Amino acid sequence: MNAMVIDRADRIWAAIADVPDPEIPAITLLDLGVVRDVRVTSDGAGEILITPTYTGCPATIAIHAMVRTALDDAGLGDVQIRSILSPPWTTDWISDEGRAKLRAYGIAPPERGDGRGSLKEEGPAVCPQCNSSNTVEISRFGSTPCKALWKCQDCSEPFDRFKCI
Amino acid sequence: MSDQHLQARVASIIALGDDALVLGQRIGEWCGHAPTLELDLSLANLGLDLIGQATLFLNYAGELEGQGRNGDALAFRRDVYDFRNCLLVEQPNGDFGRTIVRQLLFSAYQRLLFESLAKSADSRLAEIAAKAVKEVSYHERLAADWVVRLGDGTEESHNRAKDGLAWNWRFVDELFAVDPAEAELLTAGLMVDRNALRAPWDRIIGTVLSDATLQIPPPVRGVVGGRTGRHSEHLGHMLSEMQFLQRAYPGASW
Repeated sequence: MNAMVIDRADRIWAAIADVPDPEIPAITLLDLGVVRDVRVTSDGAGEILITPTYTGCPATIAIHAMVRTALDDAGLGDVQIRSILSPPWTTDWISDEGRAKLRAYGIAPPERGDGRGSLKEEGPAVCPQCNSSNTVEISRFGSTPCKALWKCQDCSEPFDRFKCI
Repeated sequence: MSDQHLQARVASIIALGDDALVLGQRIGEWCGHAPTLELDLSLANLGLDLIGQATLFLNYAGELEGQGRNGDALAFRRDVYDFRNCLLVEQPNGDFGRTIVRQLLFSAYQRLLFESLAKSADSRLAEIAAKAVKEVSYHERLAADWVVRLGDGTEESHNRAKDGLAWNWRFVDELFAVDPAEAELLTAGLMVDRNALRAPWDRIIGTVLSDATLQIPPPVRGVVGGRTGRHSEHLGHMLSEMQFLQRAYPGASW
């Protein structure tokens, strides 16, 4: 029984492992840390617990649809998707691999832990193009709720910075 | 749970949702019209956060009520007298000065409110507030930065911020008014005593205004009524646009 449960959970994790974030397709949902848990329920079907990044993030609907498609493709159509709010998502849950992918994609990854909640006093972002710290904030809100717009003063490139929450 | 108690709970959660919904809709009017592209993005994102909060609060209120109404039904199929938002959030945007001053006054209040609500005995409200407070901190910071920038800027920008402050100030008292129907909810630790938020709010606003070289306006007779459904004419105009589709084609979806 236990082996079956583990096998089932592994299959679910594997089925959704490559689902990309709909707005930042360079990283996966697992990199982003929004998939909180996979549980095999008493009926043997299982459920996935997903938390939104921002309450109003329109990608939430797309994320659920994409996870559903991935489950269907893997023959796991009976797995339920459940949305949870608590504990609230934090950028600390973005994996190290996810941070490296963000940087390669041209987005400055969020700082960990202490940077949270003190953006105003927080140091400059590191330019994902040239690694310079000589950068300035252009706009606190960028192309999506989760990003701010910054500019590098050395290579002159504007770039997105993931906000710490 | 007695009927009266349930009604009071539902009403207080609807008020939280309506504040977010109405202000989110108002700020959305700036989309494509803001003074700069960056502000356009900021205001649209901010409105989006508020609509997200409204969805969570109103869906929850609908579940508790148990009459088969979800967040969409509450947003699109209630009449103006059934809305419970405060008067501040329904006021027309005016110029950018008036809009951003209103945002500071409201976001500072909302942050304090959600910080307390995150400790509510109602675990569902607590988790919504704990999530939303992170977003609202950003709103408050953005608004505070701009109020300082306008107030401590040119003579023109200073005057615009000052006028915006004078215009919005009459609606401040209502934010902190406690509905007598909520007394039982406060005792049970389900809802926040808004009255207790006034002192910390005054300190926050006082600091920002001082940085902005603006004066705290002299006391005015506060205008109230939104929490009991007595709204200014502006809300009806907004709803006639916002609710048009569901009124013309009830139940339409895509």
